[in-house]
Amino acid sequence: MNGVNLLLGHEKINPLPLKTYDDEIINFLNDFSRELMKIKTWPEIVALGFFCRKGNLEKLRANYPEYKSRLGRGLCFHIAPSNIAVNFAFSYIFGLLSGCANVVRVPSKDFEQVSIILSVLEKILTAYPEIYERTQFIKYPSENNLITQEYSLMSDARLIWGGDETIKKIRSLETKPRCVDISFADRFSVCLIDADAVLKADEDELKRLVQNFYNDTFLIDQNACSSPSVIFWLNNNLNARKKFWSAVNSYALLKFRVQPAVSVNKLARACSDAIKLDIKTSRYEEQNLIYLAEINSLDENLNVYKFNSGYFYEYALKNLDELFNPEIINAKFQTLTYYGVNPENLRELVIKNNLPGFDRITPIGRALDINLIWDGFDIVRTLSRIVNKE
Amino acid sequence: MNACDFEELLKIPPYSLNQQDKQEIFNARINYLNEFHKNNCPEYKSIMQNISPELDFIPVRLFKEFDLKSVPDNEIIKTMTSSGTTGQKVSRIFLNRDTALNQQKVMTKIVSDFTGNEKSSRMPMIILDCPSVLKKRELLTARGAGILGFSIFGTKKIYAFDDDMNLNFDEIKKFVDEFAGQKILLFGFTFMIWQYFYKALKNSNSHLDLSNAILIHGGGWKKLANEAVSSEDFKNALNDVCGLKNVHDYYGMVEQTGSIFMQCEHGNLHASIFSDIKILRAQDFSECSFNERGIIQVLSLLPTSYPGHSLLTEDEGEILGVDDCKCGRLGKYFKVHGRLKGAELRGCSDTYERR
Repeated sequence: MNGVNLLLGHEKINPLPLKTYDDEIINFLNDFSRELMKIKTWPEIVALGFFCRKGNLEKLRANYPEYKSRLGRGLCFHIAPSNIAVNFAFSYIFGLLSGCANVVRVPSKDFEQVSIILSVLEKILTAYPEIYERTQFIKYPSENNLITQEYSLMSDARLIWGGDETIKKIRSLETKPRCVDISFADRFSVCLIDADAVLKADEDELKRLVQNFYNDTFLIDQNACSSPSVIFWLNNNLNARKKFWSAVNSYALLKFRVQPAVSVNKLARACSDAIKLDIKTSRYEEQNLIYLAEINSLDENLNVYKFNSGYFYEYALKNLDELFNPEIINAKFQTLTYYGVNPENLRELVIKNNLPGFDRITPIGRALDINLIWDGFDIVRTLSRIVNKE
Repeated sequence: MNACDFEELLKIPPYSLNQQDKQEIFNARINYLNEFHKNNCPEYKSIMQNISPELDFIPVRLFKEFDLKSVPDNEIIKTMTSSGTTGQKVSRIFLNRDTALNQQKVMTKIVSDFTGNEKSSRMPMIILDCPSVLKKRELLTARGAGILGFSIFGTKKIYAFDDDMNLNFDEIKKFVDEFAGQKILLFGFTFMIWQYFYKALKNSNSHLDLSNAILIHGGGWKKLANEAVSSEDFKNALNDVCGLKNVHDYYGMVEQTGSIFMQCEHGNLHASIFSDIKILRAQDFSECSFNERGIIQVLSLLPTSYPGHSLLTEDEGEILGVDDCKCGRLGKYFKVHGRLKGAELRGCSDTYERR
């Protein structure tokens, strides 16, 4: 197509579906995994390789007892996020496991990780012609709507990684009548910590907790949809909070550098909150690494409390019902990370209270782990069709 | 120090106090201003009460987001705005009579120290800009405010460009001939001077002799840095095309008009007794050592109608020394390295800042 740079894959893509969770696909991904695991320089590439291990994929397949009655929907068009390196590969893998042929638009930003992953794929694909002819990795300027339009008309499914503006633009284009879209919109995530559990945590346990918390937040500049913005304290206790933040601070000090522009941004945010919302904010230990802002009361606008790079809003809960309230947890809420709380109880509360939000309940440390169930969608079941015998 | 003592400062030369002597008087006035603004600007009070530990500056960006003022609306005589490009938010600075007057007095003192006329600081002036910049006087852009501020030094004034930014060469030539033997003041914005004055002169064959003139220019180096023109290149280039020898950059912003930081003969920017400068570390806003780069904080004794006496800028700079610049001016001297690099965030939303 004019203006499209085909980075890898067949010139003329074959849109015919493959079998969902086919052994051939799993073998291909396992080969892919083996090669990726050799690349030690990028932790996110290792994580990708880890996901593609045969053992893991077979475990995932076990959640789909009906998989032999399923086929991919056909051609799936993936619009990968522009500034995160490896999600395009996960997106491709999800499409493949579903049994789709895949056209993947890679990030517009030049990431070294993208070229590494593509060169590994190129090597492996030669042994899998069926998959090769159903694969295209492409690049074109994201503002070129004509190209997006052409691919959309060819597609039986589209995976659109947000933000809201991108989604709005892409959803306005014409598609086949039966085309299925999964859109990952801008979301908002929070964290729930039981203060009693923090008080009880011994040194090793605290260290693990803090490392995990760091990985959910600072590691990605607290700038992913699944990174928590607000920390809710259950059984509020100031000593527990002090113990927690002091440990986070010591850990992050060694690893995280506050860019000058970020230090100004954080301060400006605190000033703006002070004026507009009358919120009290403290610069932890008089530094610019951690900002802690105390929310005065919960209301339907909770999702305004979102900033980045180590900026945490906090709220002391009277009880869990205060949070699990459909007036507060709207459809914007995605991930709830927790510590010291029984996740089954949390899930029950979401269901019992008919919450429009919270698709994901996961322990602190796994906020950024991408999964086949994402944003409340079962991706494989959405990208495949069931051949029903009545 | 109260408002009266400020009048005392107006009586002494602007670079005549060493840092130690200056500090006490200076801090007293800053503390006074701080209390004054807390009591009179509700937004400023909210910031000081809600953020701990209490701040001793506010981000200059806030003037783009909020209308910050410490006097009743009926006392405001002038609103100045920064010159943002289309679509950008601009700062809005509200001046009452006192602040506007003090700005003018202090500016006169500072600039006279460089133009060399202690008693009568006024001289023939060529404004290196076009007349239309000053059309709307009640809403002044930074460019207009700069021109208006410096215009007080002009006896007879002409604009160097027409409204299409063409150089009025013949008029300038006539002007220069008319005042031959007298010192002429040139004033303009760095990029405009480069683009429409220097380049026009360079491309014409006619010669202009400005060897007896003094140029004061400001407005930042961002656009020239894009063309890889340094401060030295700028001076040399101007010297080549019109023999200009006396060139002074200044660092200032619409949020602190008047108490500008002038560049001396040795290329250093100087804080006067009416202003001060601190360089802060990003990690904790502690003060940098000399020659350590950091975020620039600017202080000014002038703003009473708006809380602009202590501001965290978005510029990078370094202190070069104190009280010992070869030019003899006392106080801190420093260098500006331009705007802070925009924040580059990882993550899955498109938040890469474009500046």
